[in-house]
This record gives sequence, C-alpha cells and structure tokens, in this order.
Amino acid sequence: MTEGRRQKAEGRKGDSPIHRFTHSPFFIALWFAMLFLPFKGIEGAFVLFVVLLTTVFILRFLAGYIRPLKKRLQDAGTLIIQNAKCKMQNIGAKSLIFLLILLLCLPFFAKDYFIDIAILSGIYIILAQGLNIVVGLAGLLNLGFVAFYAIGAYSYALLNTKLGLGFWTALPASVLFSTVLGFVLAFPALRLRGDYLAIVTLGFGEIVRLVLNNWDSLTKGPNGIGGIQRPYLSDIPLGKLSYYYYFILLFVILTIFVVRRVYSSRIGRAWVAIREDEIASSSIGIDTTAYKLYSFAFGAFWAGVAGTLFAAKMQFVSPESFTFMESVLILCMVILGGLGSIPGVIFGSVILVMLPEMLREIQLYRMLALGSGLVLLMIFRPQGLLGRR
Amino acid sequence: MYLLEVRDITKHFGGIRALEEVRFRVKEGSIMSIIGPNGAGKTTLFNCLTGITKTTKGNIFFLDTEITALKPHNIVRLGIARTFQNIRLFKEMSVIENVMVSQHCRTGSGLVASVLRNNVFKQEEKTIREKALEYLELSGIEDFAEVTAANLSYGSQKRLEIARVIATEPRLILLDEPTAGMNPQETLEMMGLIKNLQGLGKTIILIEHDMKVVMGISENIVVLDHGVKIAEGTPEDIRKNPLVIEAYLGKEH
Ligand SMILES: Nc1ncnc2c1ncn2[C@@H]1O[C@H](COP(=O)(O)OP(=O)(O)OP(=O)(O)O)[C@@H](O)[C@H]1O
Ligand SMILES: [Mg+2]
Repeated sequence: MTEGRRQKAEGRKGDSPIHRFTHSPFFIALWFAMLFLPFKGIEGAFVLFVVLLTTVFILRFLAGYIRPLKKRLQDAGTLIIQNAKCKMQNIGAKSLIFLLILLLCLPFFAKDYFIDIAILSGIYIILAQGLNIVVGLAGLLNLGFVAFYAIGAYSYALLNTKLGLGFWTALPASVLFSTVLGFVLAFPALRLRGDYLAIVTLGFGEIVRLVLNNWDSLTKGPNGIGGIQRPYLSDIPLGKLSYYYYFILLFVILTIFVVRRVYSSRIGRAWVAIREDEIASSSIGIDTTAYKLYSFAFGAFWAGVAGTLFAAKMQFVSPESFTFMESVLILCMVILGGLGSIPGVIFGSVILVMLPEMLREIQLYRMLALGSGLVLLMIFRPQGLLGRR
Repeated sequence: MYLLEVRDITKHFGGIRALEEVRFRVKEGSIMSIIGPNGAGKTTLFNCLTGITKTTKGNIFFLDTEITALKPHNIVRLGIARTFQNIRLFKEMSVIENVMVSQHCRTGSGLVASVLRNNVFKQEEKTIREKALEYLELSGIEDFAEVTAANLSYGSQKRLEIARVIATEPRLILLDEPTAGMNPQETLEMMGLIKNLQGLGKTIILIEHDMKVVMGISENIVVLDHGVKIAEGTPEDIRKNPLVIEAYLGKEH
C-alpha cells in the first residue's frame, strides 16, 4: 500500500480517455474549425479543419525529432557553461584583477561613445542587482521596478534643482525615498502571489509614471527637469565623462560587494527559502511577510541609488525614461543572466545595454533579433546564461 | 506534565467538517500517534497546531501559552516544529543550506552585520554551520551535505525534513507520515531515528498509517474518523477497540 502511495504521488495525471481525446489532433482541429464556422461558412471551416489536422500531425511528427535535439542542445549548453565556470575558477582571482585593470584603463583607449555605454551599463548593473534581490532571491515577480528607479532619479532632480542640495546630501534622501516607497508598495502587494502580484506592481509602476507625467507644477510633466548638477568629489567636478565613469565603477563595485555579502547571510538564505517554498519557510520560523517586505525595500534601495546616478549623469530626467518597457528590460537582464546569480545579472545587464548599440546597423531588425534571441535562450537554457542548476 | 493541550478544536472548510471538537493532551517526553482513515483530518490537525490554518473554534495551549491564533513563525519560536506529508524542501538549496536556514528563528544577525561581517556575525555563521553538520549527522545524511536537495533520494529527503525540524530546536515535533513510501528496511531506520529524538528529550506526535510503527513506538494513540476523535488509549486498548476496528474495516466486519 505504501508503495502505491508513492507511485500515486509521482504518477502523471491525464492518462484518462477523455484527456487523450481532448488532446488528440482531431479534436484540436475540430474545435478551431467550429470556432470559425460562423465566419467562414461550412466550406471554409472544412478547409480549415483539414489544414489544421495536417499541420498538427506534422508538428507532432516533428516534435519527436525536436525534443531530443532540444535536450541535446540544453545539455551542450550546460556543459559549455560548466567548463567555462571551471576555467574561471582556475584563474579566479587573477582574472578578476585583470578585469579590474582593464576597466580602470578603459578611459585611456576607448572612445567617448564607448565610455558612455559603459556608464549606462554600470547604472543598469546596479538596477538589475536590485531587481534580482526581489525576483531572483525572494521569488516575487515585480513588473513595476522602474517606479523606484524613477523616484530615485526625480528625488535627486528635485532636491538639486529646487532646494539646491548637492549630490552627497541628496543621495541618502533620494535613496531613502525609494526605499520607503518599496515598503509602501509591498504592504498591499504582499497579500498577493504570482500573477496577481505581477499585475499590482505593474499598475504601481504606471501610477508613478503617470503622476510624474501629470504633476506639472512639481515635475514639469512630459518636458522633464533639466539643469541637474553632476556630483562633486570634494572639489573636483565629475563633469568629464571619464571621471564619471570611475565614479560609477566605484558604485558598481560597492553594490556587488554589499549584495554578495547579503546573499550568503542569514537574510539571503531566508529569501531563497521563501522563493523555494513559502509554507515550509514559515514552518521553520521565517516571518515571510516581513522578509518579503525587506526584499522589496532592499531592491528599491538599489533602484534609488541607480536612479540618482542616472539623473546626475543625464542632468535631465523625464517620464519617458521610466516606462513599462524599462521594467521589462531590467527584468530581461535578470532573467537572461540567470535569476539569483550575481555574475549572471552583471553579464545580462552588460549584454542588453551593449547589444542594441552594436546592432544599430540593422536598426529595424534589432529588437526582433533581440526578442528571438531571448526566446531561444528560454527554450535552450531556461535558467539563464549563468544560472544555477 | 502536559506539554500540549488541545481543547475542543473544530475546523470546517465550507461544508466539510475536517475536525469536530477534538481534544487531547500530550505528556512531555512521550511519543503519541494520530491514526485514522484517509481524509480523517489528521493533516488538518497538524496545520491547526502549527498555525498554517486558523481553527474555526477551540483553543490550543502549549506550555500554558495559548497559541491558537499565533502565526506559524511565532509558534516555531515557542518550540513546535513539523514535517510535511508531501515533502516540502527548499529544492534548489544544498542539503546543508536547508538545515542552516532552519536555524533562522534561533539566530539574529541583521542586514548591517551581514555587510560588515563583524566578529559576532562570523561567530554566529560558524556556529550555524557546525550545528547544521551535527543535525545532518543525527539524521544520517551528513554525506550529502553539499548535494542539491532536489537530487536526494526519497528516503534521504524525508530525513532532511527531520534534520530541518531539529534545527529549529523544538520541544514538540510533529511528523506527518514519516515512513510513507518507505521499504521495510528504511521504515525500521526511521523508527530508530524517531526513538533517538525521544532520547534527546523531544516530545513527538506522529501521523502514521503503518500499524507496525504505530504499535511499536507510541505510548498513546488518538484515533480520528471524519474529523471526530473516536478513541484514545494505549496501543493495547486501541487494538481491541470495536469502534476503531469498525472505522478501519467498515460496518460489515
Ligand atoms: N485547504 C482545504 N480546503 C478544503 N478542504 C480541505 C482542505 N484541507 C483539507 N481539506 C479536507 O479536510 C478533510 C481532512 O483532510 P486531511 O488532509 O486532514 O486528511 P488526512 O487525515 O491527513 O488524510 P490522509 O491520510 O489522506 O493524509 C478532507 O476531506 C479534505 O478534503
Ligand atoms: Mg494527511
């Protein structure tokens, strides 16, 4: 009997005759043909039925070949990544130092255009690390992450242009704003799960953008706020591109340093546990509500940092930079690199900033290329480029 | 001395009467079993004891503290921990990480300490790891410490759930069908492990279908049927109880 129980738990559903019938090519084709009957008449529906039936049969036939191929490609991908990881570990510290020297020397040989992209990559790395805490660690799908980025950017913009506060005084304030906002959003959202949470956060992102767009007296609406100051480092203005590059590099290193330490701590483990199984987490003593709140707030903290750096770099902010597509882009960076993996997310951010720039030649098709690239990645390496598993 | 007292708890899911005025007490240091046919309300009882589902009526006392309305994480902190009938591990974490994270409620380093890595943090982290290894050893899966939990065999997964429970440093352990799906050899080892837990001074409530296990290790047995407690007593009493025989074998018998 016990053996039977185990089998019951592992056994697949859906071997019933009804299930088999509803999933047969015949039924699928018939169903769609019937749907089109009112529009196409009986003849049209019949043609549709025949066409669909053959298509489904052909697809079924091909599936037999595609599945092993897909498996083989996935295995190959895993092997390549594992090999690369092994090699990386072998050279480990050395390669890291080499990379650092390369990054430090970059302004001496790279064109301004390239440094500009590097700065942007840096800002996105910080941003994506923030989102990775929420989505990758705690497993909460946040589709409105850009809201916190926007709040960070606008806080600095307003504090600087209206109150004349410098970068270093404004930075803690704007980071505090976005962190508090993270808490505020988390409160109602945490009662929700999965898809519902995604929808609420999406709505929140749009609300923030709309407020920025319509609160003319404060934010100048769609015109945006200009004339924002670059930061000063004691007396040196960081106006020169290469100075600002070093400045961002410093922040990126700081972010990675802090995030890495939090990942491998009691708090990081609690987040991962919540992602893996919420009920089990609460049953071993984790206050899941509180920890989800922390993850939202801690993620928003980094978005605030990134937003402030962005406003200071651009010296101009407008609602256009904080659309839903931006949230999607950041999410793509996290997923592409590998949910929950710090190097993965760095990699993902850099790729998604660089690629569109490099593909500029083929303008029209670059988004198409990027999109298909992501789809292929999800098929062949669903855990992301450097994801675990 | 009674560690746990359940006073007339009732749980309804809409029209389903999962528990109906169930009452019993558990002595500190004892092993108690809860038995009953499928759907009798055994798992629901555990869910009520651990705060996962709210009771409709009734009170639960743990060491004279009323825990009826407490949140799960607070109940764990007081000293009640459980395993799940359908194993719930943190699948993508390694075995040792599963046990490390389970010490959450007994540790306290915060965000700042995690970033600064001061001595207190380092010391705590070291203790967490050492204790985790100790608990893995106790559960007999220390060889798999670095394996990803999802890759463990079925039996080892059940053991890991127990290691995780021990890591919360409970006084009362609730085990939901710990030997389900195990072969006789594995079952015997699991019984040994449960005995060991009792030896460490833990009190245990066991949901179990395997009568050899139930009769072999429990001092007291509570029988549920359709949410109602139909009998309670020593294994001897229960074996002879006509109501229990009827519930298990049907009226005709
Ligand atoms: N969350 C829920 N919502 C609605 N009904 C539920 C819920 N949980 C349990 N039930 C019902 O309550 C009754 C008792 O279920 P329970 O899981 O406690 O039984 P059990 O004794 O553990 O059975 P088994 O031996 O099969 O594990 C069943 O009829 C079940 O369908
Ligand atoms: Mg059950």
